Amino acid sequence: MNAASIALDIEIPFDHRQSAHCESGVIASLLRHQNLPISEPMAFGIAAGLGFAYLPFIKFGGLPLFAYRMPPGSIIRGLTRRLGIEMHFETFKQPADGMLALDQYLSQGRAVGIQTSAYWLSYFPPDMRFHFNAHNLVVYGKHGNNYLISDPVIDIRVECDADSLRKARFTRGVLAPKGLLYYPRYIPSKLDLPRAIRKAILYTTGMMLYVPVPILGVRGIRLVARKIRNLKPRTQHHNKLLLGHIVRMQEEIGTGGAGFRFLYASFLQEAAGMLGKPGLAVMADELTAVGDEWRRFALHAAKMCKGRMPMDYGLLADQLLDCAEREARIYKRLRAEIK
Amino acid sequence: MKNHEVPQQNARAFMGHSKVLYALDEQGRYVPTPCNGWEAEEIVLDQAIAEFERHAAAAWRRARQGGGSALEYHMYRQRMDRVLLAQSTGFFKWRVRRHLRPGAFERLSDRCRRRYAEALGLAPEQLDALPDQP
Repeated sequence: MNAASIALDIEIPFDHRQSAHCESGVIASLLRHQNLPISEPMAFGIAAGLGFAYLPFIKFGGLPLFAYRMPPGSIIRGLTRRLGIEMHFETFKQPADGMLALDQYLSQGRAVGIQTSAYWLSYFPPDMRFHFNAHNLVVYGKHGNNYLISDPVIDIRVECDADSLRKARFTRGVLAPKGLLYYPRYIPSKLDLPRAIRKAILYTTGMMLYVPVPILGVRGIRLVARKIRNLKPRTQHHNKLLLGHIVRMQEEIGTGGAGFRFLYASFLQEAAGMLGKPGLAVMADELTAVGDEWRRFALHAAKMCKGRMPMDYGLLADQLLDCAEREARIYKRLRAEIK
Repeated sequence: MKNHEVPQQNARAFMGHSKVLYALDEQGRYVPTPCNGWEAEEIVLDQAIAEFERHAAAAWRRARQGGGSALEYHMYRQRMDRVLLAQSTGFFKWRVRRHLRPGAFERLSDRCRRRYAEALGLAPEQLDALPDQP
């Protein structure tokens, strides 16, 4: 239980910048740390992080999984692959080895990204702690027995004691972090951003429009709309939990608002300038408008759960269908724009 | 969303922290904008926590009346359910379900108890303890 922990006194200068999402935030700040200036939206966009998935066979507390982005891990891998950056990834069988390796990297003056559970991090506000195993953060030092942490979703620098961090890094179960630790090993001197951006947009829009399964992309959104429309009034307690769950996945878990739609719109805006294609900025504005609709959907759903609005499954379903249709149009025009 | 429209409703759960949303500034450019709480998020967060508390309270009553084990109460207290507890201990679901019954729970070996304790972040002897209030 008590992994040997070395008391150290190291602080690596690290620029803490708060981000919307943990994974895109960590990778952007690790790259910035190595003098590659990249914004969080750009990292998210090139990683082709946007998505939609309704996975009824994966249950959380008896509720299906709704994801507004690609699976955990794909942001770091997607971004670095498209830019030719090589990452060093390391996992551990023994917690003690994982903690020792972390201490050694810190002693060498290297800030590293790690994957953790969100539940066991002592600095998280108690109400925000849930068993989610794919949280990401940067460790940039250690004072005594406390690790110095730049957690991208927290507004300030934080600290976490060694025991809690060990537990957070070595929880078991779905997406178990296994002490995963990573840092960029090699960054090419010349990066072809425009090419990476175009490839990423083609990938994301293709995923959203053309993947031939009804639970992914725009078709996934339509399916969820249909499911909501067909909810039975007599199972209202469960229905409310389901709606609340959707809203949490969309807004609460660090999505930058509207289930990553605002983050992606910000990426499109930046890409428009970089590629000299004002059309992308127009698409960014339209995606923003769809994001606003997603937010209205979330507010309505939440109010209906709380009884501040009469329950109306049809209204929520219509809003989702509207989002799906508008997103489909945007993705098609995006493809035409960059081809 | 414009950045002056970003809700600032001081959510209790944030404990004075804020998170970042992407919103448009006066010139229509996206900027990261702090947000310290939004009604919709607060409602659904409260709902999720209340659901765990509801289960924990029910488990507490069952354990008091001898119809359930303290393990079930601690499971919900740590915001887990049977599936999650099975995943984080490595036990099969049917074993966890069995261990949640009072008889099987009392006969639990020390090794199994340690695995539950580790997964729940408790000391092994705390597993039997039931507080006076749920």
